[in-house]
Amino acid sequence: MKTINISQLIKWLEKAALVMQENKDYLTKLDSDIGDADHGFNMERGFNKVREKLDELSNSKDIASLFKNTGMTLISSIGGASGPLYGTLFLQASMVLKDKTELNLIDLKNCLENGVNGVKLRGKASVGDKTMIDVLDPAIQSLSDSLNANLSINEALENLVKVAEKGMTSTTDLIAKKGRASYLGERSIGHQDAGATSSYLIFKSLKEAIN
Amino acid sequence: MKKLINKVEDVIVEQMQGMAAAHPNLKINLEPKYIVRNEATKKGKVVIISGGGSGHEPMHGGFVGEGMLDAACPGEVFTSPTPDQMYECAKAVENGGGVLFLVKNYTGDVMNFEMAAEMLNSEGIETQNILIDDDVAVKDSLYTAGRRGVGTTVIMEKIVGAAAEAGYNLEECAKLARKVNSRGRSMGMALTSCTVPAAGKPNFEIDEDEIEIGVGIHGEPGRKRIAHTSADEITAILTNAILEDEDYTRDLNEWDIESSGWKKTSLTSESFKSGDKMIAMVNSLGSTPVSELYAVYRKLDEICTEKKISLVRNLVGAYITALDMQGCSVTLVRADEEILKFWDSPVNTPGLRWGK
Repeated sequence: MKTINISQLIKWLEKAALVMQENKDYLTKLDSDIGDADHGFNMERGFNKVREKLDELSNSKDIASLFKNTGMTLISSIGGASGPLYGTLFLQASMVLKDKTELNLIDLKNCLENGVNGVKLRGKASVGDKTMIDVLDPAIQSLSDSLNANLSINEALENLVKVAEKGMTSTTDLIAKKGRASYLGERSIGHQDAGATSSYLIFKSLKEAIN
Repeated sequence: MKKLINKVEDVIVEQMQGMAAAHPNLKINLEPKYIVRNEATKKGKVVIISGGGSGHEPMHGGFVGEGMLDAACPGEVFTSPTPDQMYECAKAVENGGGVLFLVKNYTGDVMNFEMAAEMLNSEGIETQNILIDDDVAVKDSLYTAGRRGVGTTVIMEKIVGAAAEAGYNLEECAKLARKVNSRGRSMGMALTSCTVPAAGKPNFEIDEDEIEIGVGIHGEPGRKRIAHTSADEITAILTNAILEDEDYTRDLNEWDIESSGWKKTSLTSESFKSGDKMIAMVNSLGSTPVSELYAVYRKLDEICTEKKISLVRNLVGAYITALDMQGCSVTLVRADEEILKFWDSPVNTPGLRWGK
């Protein structure tokens, strides 16, 4: 497969909503260890709002408007830090997708890169701070590598999920430097970051929805 | 979990409906959620708006009213409200004088209020964000999200609200708010954890004979966990942490009208000295009774008197809470003539009322 179309992206969002529901307690548990115990509830609420809008979203004229609408929905329903961050990810991704109704691997890499840069500006986090950036940033590199290796979308997503998983588990040994977990300092070591985990789940949902 | 709730998902809405029923001076909007004064904003008056996760009542909704806030945006329990909420709320009350958002330093609140300020400024509604970061329990700002916004918020909302009422413009209100933040210091402690209704169980574990010194208003860990001890000793730990806190400098992200973007500025809090005059607050984190708060105030006053620091105004009670947590916080704000003038001005809100 060389491209992803709108109906596949709709399937992805539906899958992501389901996955957030299934992992609500798990994400909240991770967040209660070193944060404020609301990540699972917030992600479930946000993606559920997106799911309620899927009929409308499936009529989007291009992927830019699909992602923009998704981002705005997440911003207005998640709250906390995750709302602006995931919202910004989709909003900034939409900026480079005007008039696109299909994504090839280059589009995918470009929109992820723009989205992640937006998240970094909003949250001021870097790799190693024990945040979702530890999953999002290596994901861009993974797509670049797949592009250079001329891989199919499926192969690229397969690799991306592996890299994302590695990024997610890498957060366990890190000291949190952003968000509420940062107040724990060294006590945050040994706990996997909840935001990195939800980011991994979103990539995993994409791979599964498209296969 | 034993709580006075109907359905977990209705906790915020039912609280708002109850406030509207109890206080005819307030009006609520549910989609999106905000609380405003019943009376329309006077033409040209700066609107002072705050907001944050719910669970800290009476802050912020209980401080909406004459002489204090124009509006408040409640989020879910311990979760920041969203930019569309703040945007709609600001549009509902703004009347040509601009908007001042008072934002406690929590990652979620800061990001959501920044997005709201971007949306309002891009529409030509002049909006400035003022950060409150007064929790001395956080020593290090380099490797953390910085000092948290706690007790000084209440004092700032009162003072800046009065200044806006007296005709200060947006820049003057912002300047005064920055001054209050730079002169405010707080520290809290927990005897027990608190339970978020949606979670159904305590936010953190703490043994019967332990206390957490330096806790945040969501149960964030503080400086240390120690064996439970007397009110006097606990008060001394909190007070000395505040009085011995050194100069503290932080970077702030504030809106720059000329470049219509964010600009980094720096603000320093000078350490407290003998001779200082203070507004003091001894605050319950939710479940600690007033009788215990006065025991804390007694010791606070004794220590300050010894160090020739005078407590010229005070609040003793539950003003910024953490749901049902047992524990307290101490806040000191170094006063000057301007600060005391606006502190003493009349205020008429559900949570704070005097002078009329």
